[in-house]
Amino acid sequence: MSLPASESAHAALLTVNDIEVIYDGAILAVAGVSLSVPKGAIVALLGANGAGKSTTLKAISGLVRAERAEVSRGVIEYAGHDLAGVDPSQRVRQGMVHVLEGRHVFGQLTVEDNLRSGGFVRRLSRRAMEADLERIYAWFPRLKTKRHTRAGLTSGGEQQMVAIGRALMTRPTLVLLDEPSMGLAPMIVQEIFEIVAQLNREQQVSFLIAEQNINVALNYASHGYVLDTGRVVLSGSAAELLARGDLHDIYLGKQ
Amino acid sequence: MTFFFETLLCGLLAGTLYSLVAIGFVLIYKASGVFNFAQGSMLLFAALTFVSLHEQGVPFALALLLTVVVMIVGALLIERLVLRPLVNRSQITLFMATLGLSFIVEGLAQGLMGSQVRALDLGIDDVPLFVGPLMLSQFDLIAAAAAVVLVTVLALLFNKTRIGVSLRAVADDTTAALSIGINLNRIWQIVWAVAGTVGLVAGLLWGARQGVQFSLSLVVLKALPVLIIGGFTSIGGAIVGGLIVGAAENLAEVYIGPLLGGGITPWFAYALALAFLYIRPAGLFGERAIERV
Repeated sequence: MSLPASESAHAALLTVNDIEVIYDGAILAVAGVSLSVPKGAIVALLGANGAGKSTTLKAISGLVRAERAEVSRGVIEYAGHDLAGVDPSQRVRQGMVHVLEGRHVFGQLTVEDNLRSGGFVRRLSRRAMEADLERIYAWFPRLKTKRHTRAGLTSGGEQQMVAIGRALMTRPTLVLLDEPSMGLAPMIVQEIFEIVAQLNREQQVSFLIAEQNINVALNYASHGYVLDTGRVVLSGSAAELLARGDLHDIYLGKQ
Repeated sequence: MTFFFETLLCGLLAGTLYSLVAIGFVLIYKASGVFNFAQGSMLLFAALTFVSLHEQGVPFALALLLTVVVMIVGALLIERLVLRPLVNRSQITLFMATLGLSFIVEGLAQGLMGSQVRALDLGIDDVPLFVGPLMLSQFDLIAAAAAVVLVTVLALLFNKTRIGVSLRAVADDTTAALSIGINLNRIWQIVWAVAGTVGLVAGLLWGARQGVQFSLSLVVLKALPVLIIGGFTSIGGAIVGGLIVGAAENLAEVYIGPLLGGGITPWFAYALALAFLYIRPAGLFGERAIERV
């Protein structure tokens, strides 16, 4: 990779350079992924199940370590700093947050406590916390009516909103969003992506979104990377990728 | 009837001590998903430290404070040397680690402070006290009051504060907690320190009863039925479980004991716990996974 260093450092919020991730010291999940997320952009990470999308996101957020995996090669740079050896909670404090695949809300906690927990990392005063909660409720009015319900009892779409709202409480500059459309009705998917686009426009939040749903993702993203068996096999602007007719074939492994 | 109530109340008061021991387990189980076998030796260690300091002429309050400090330092060491290196290992690995830890802590306690039985005088006379027509032990009443105060403080800590919500978040979904920047190591340190402090209070109250000695660490085994009945994940459950075990044990000893030739206290709680396992495996207040269908 020989991007002019000065240029990439200026434009890119996140740069992933040729990383390899190994689980349990033996299983290779990601082998040579490079990508970059420019400041203020929405970037899509596409690919079939098992292509390495989630692992790539976990490598970026540092959560791979919680699964007994490690980044064994390559460099991840965020805001110009190498993330090697930076633990997940520090990464969150630096403005990067990961919304996990399958939502992972705290089911036993109320919707509001779920959101609150996202604010802990910033050690907010009670006042600031309330103000920030209102901010989230403004984005997701539906959550306000359910604020005292245990999150585990809300619908799939609402749980996705809780997961995103909780992540937004950390005041991120970059959100790693893993499969937001999974298991949701098309209308809800649309609603969630609309909010993502709006957050991007109005708050300049950058997104790296892993998706199987190519069309929705590329509709909102400016750039896309296609992964297959742990490698980037294709990348380009969203328009370029959409113009190709063979994306689905790549998914099915018949290039 | 008066006799029945006396037996019941006496059992309930003893039960608060079981609850105290059980709460230490619940805290650690919630934060790290492990049954901390070392809780009993932590309790012994705390009581021994306090007694040794007190015997050296350190005033009561200062000795208490110093022991709390010792327990906090111990918690930090355990987190750094045992938990952190073993993070993400299987439950049985962690359980074995705490089992090993319990022998190390116990050995250290006895090596440093001796293994003879030490008398512990908290300055509370164990005189009978009449409440209406009921005769109760003053010591039991004060011990129960101490337990109630401690439990109230803990309940507030874990329901209202940032640390409490973080702890419940970690218990619910550790990966998600990490994803929003909750510092797992910090939570473990806090929880083990609190569990150590709870162990100190429990150790002092038990120790004042039966002397501070090795057998104090065996209260671990008494906490098991309490946890099975109350549920491993609920502080409220630990309290209620402790009360049930205390009351049931006392009533059974008096009313069923004679039919079976007496001496049923040592095992009755386990029989009760077994019955609970049949009908309510998660315990009275244990959190069952929320499943949407």
